[in-house]
Amino acid sequence: MRRELHHFRNNRELFVLSLPGIVYKLIFAYLPMVGLIIAFKNYRYDLGMFGSKWVGLENFRYLFSTDAAWRITRNTVLYNAAYILTTAAAALLLAILLNEVKAKWSKYYQTALFLPYFLSWVLVGYVAYAFLNHSDGFINRTLEAFGMEPISWYQNAGPWPVILILVQLWKAVGFNTLIYFAGIIGINGEYYEAAKIDGATKRQMAMKITIPLLAPLVIIMLILSIGNMFRGDFGLHYFIPNNSGFLYGSTDIIDTYVYRALREVGNVSMSAATGFYQSVVGFILVLLANGIVRKINPDHSLW
Amino acid sequence: MTKTTKPSQIGLHLLFTVLSLIVILPFLLVVAVSLTDEKAITQNGYQFFPKSISLDAYRYMLDAPDILLRAYGVTITVTVIGALAGLLLTAMTAYVISRPDYRYNRITTFYVFFTMLFSGGLVPSYILMTQYLHLKDSLLALILPVLLSPFNIMVMKGFMSKIPIEIIESAKIDGAREFRIFFRIILPLSTPALATLGLLISFTYWNEWFNGMLYIDNPNKVPLQLLLVRTLKSIDFLTSNSEFTQQLGIDLASFPNNSARMAIAVLAGGPMLVIFPFFQRFFVKGLTVGSLKG
Repeated sequence: MRRELHHFRNNRELFVLSLPGIVYKLIFAYLPMVGLIIAFKNYRYDLGMFGSKWVGLENFRYLFSTDAAWRITRNTVLYNAAYILTTAAAALLLAILLNEVKAKWSKYYQTALFLPYFLSWVLVGYVAYAFLNHSDGFINRTLEAFGMEPISWYQNAGPWPVILILVQLWKAVGFNTLIYFAGIIGINGEYYEAAKIDGATKRQMAMKITIPLLAPLVIIMLILSIGNMFRGDFGLHYFIPNNSGFLYGSTDIIDTYVYRALREVGNVSMSAATGFYQSVVGFILVLLANGIVRKINPDHSLW
Repeated sequence: MTKTTKPSQIGLHLLFTVLSLIVILPFLLVVAVSLTDEKAITQNGYQFFPKSISLDAYRYMLDAPDILLRAYGVTITVTVIGALAGLLLTAMTAYVISRPDYRYNRITTFYVFFTMLFSGGLVPSYILMTQYLHLKDSLLALILPVLLSPFNIMVMKGFMSKIPIEIIESAKIDGAREFRIFFRIILPLSTPALATLGLLISFTYWNEWFNGMLYIDNPNKVPLQLLLVRTLKSIDFLTSNSEFTQQLGIDLASFPNNSARMAIAVLAGGPMLVIFPFFQRFFVKGLTVGSLKG
């Protein structure tokens, strides 16, 4: 004890430097973890977190008795899987192709593709609205011009998986392309020089040098993203479908459901139970993903 | 060499030109609608090449600029304060865990890193902010929740670990205290990382709408992105109830409803879309560094 006190004295200045960050995390990250107990209570604003009555697993029993639980779980996981795969495939392909374009031009293309990354989902919501709006939207007016029936996009759940995947790809592909592009540039130029001397074609170089050397990075990133499968993209699923109730079947994810339960329906306990479910399963997935990566290559694991 | 690549070069340029157009054209549609005469919208819908151009939407916005200016004021205040405070906190925390000789180095790292893996989620945070800290309708509610990201700490730590420990040791021999070392030596040496992260944090604050949706009701404290959220919702209301407004005899056609709202989107989102691309390389640098273990 005495010795530890002595050690602490030697380290106290650094400790003080880290104190603001520690206190911040205590209040804004660790206190809310204690707040997870709300999921097991019948929360009432007037009684507060500790005064509200315990109800055991009641909230969960109710949650999993509804169709919503299955729907939001399925949507969250499947959409994330689709986003991860489409974005990775498209970005990898574009990065390899971009590497073949002269640097001067490639810069312009990079900037253009990167542009949507700078927009918030709210603004992308406006862009989507300009296309999908029922009476004046560009798509419906174009359909009419060709003598086809307009489609009520915001009331018709069918096409939304495709719409969301395309919008996500549109916003994310440029950024991911640049990440892979940076990876390709990092590959030692001597490999390509040697291949050139041996008379290899561009395609052969891509297949035999670029892809194999990038593969570990890509695979690791894919596995790590399993850890995020339970965390949905709220902005994408809230603003692009414009929070339209007709579309919940194919657009609602855990995050939008939790938000609506809290702010629009006002069912705090239900929202808390859903959030608890998301936190816990999400945590298990992160542990799992990291475990797999560690088995394959410990250098790339998160810890 | 170059001879054989020519036809494929043309193909590549064609592909990337088309892709760039697919990315950029949607923005131009929004701009075009904001410049379209309201009557032309009712007649022809949203078009890339409006039949009759009108600046009414912008005139209407600039006649009553208070809402937009106030929203810019809120967003700029939050961004500047949040970025400065967040950057300082990030650097302090990162520096401490980057020091291999710090006794509580591992436990502090774990303490920070764990918050990346597990979180209390929305409801507990919401109740903490509103019921215990009473931050509803406070600008602090826009600043505090995103002040210190563990991800940024790890990026910063990765950078600071590369500062040779000899520099710190020799400063200590000269009698410098830890605070002095941090502020006088470490911070100046970290300017490249500080610039990159400062930009990332500013960007986060500028584009933040979620905390606004949760905590801000007071119209005087609405940041830009929340103004956009509210406008988007009201478009939805007016257009989905167009029969209702027609019955009431409200002439939607004379009010620049569609174009004004798209004009808000242009005025609120446009400036950043022009500025941020200049800092593109910082974004890539900041995030590729972060994807590696620090």
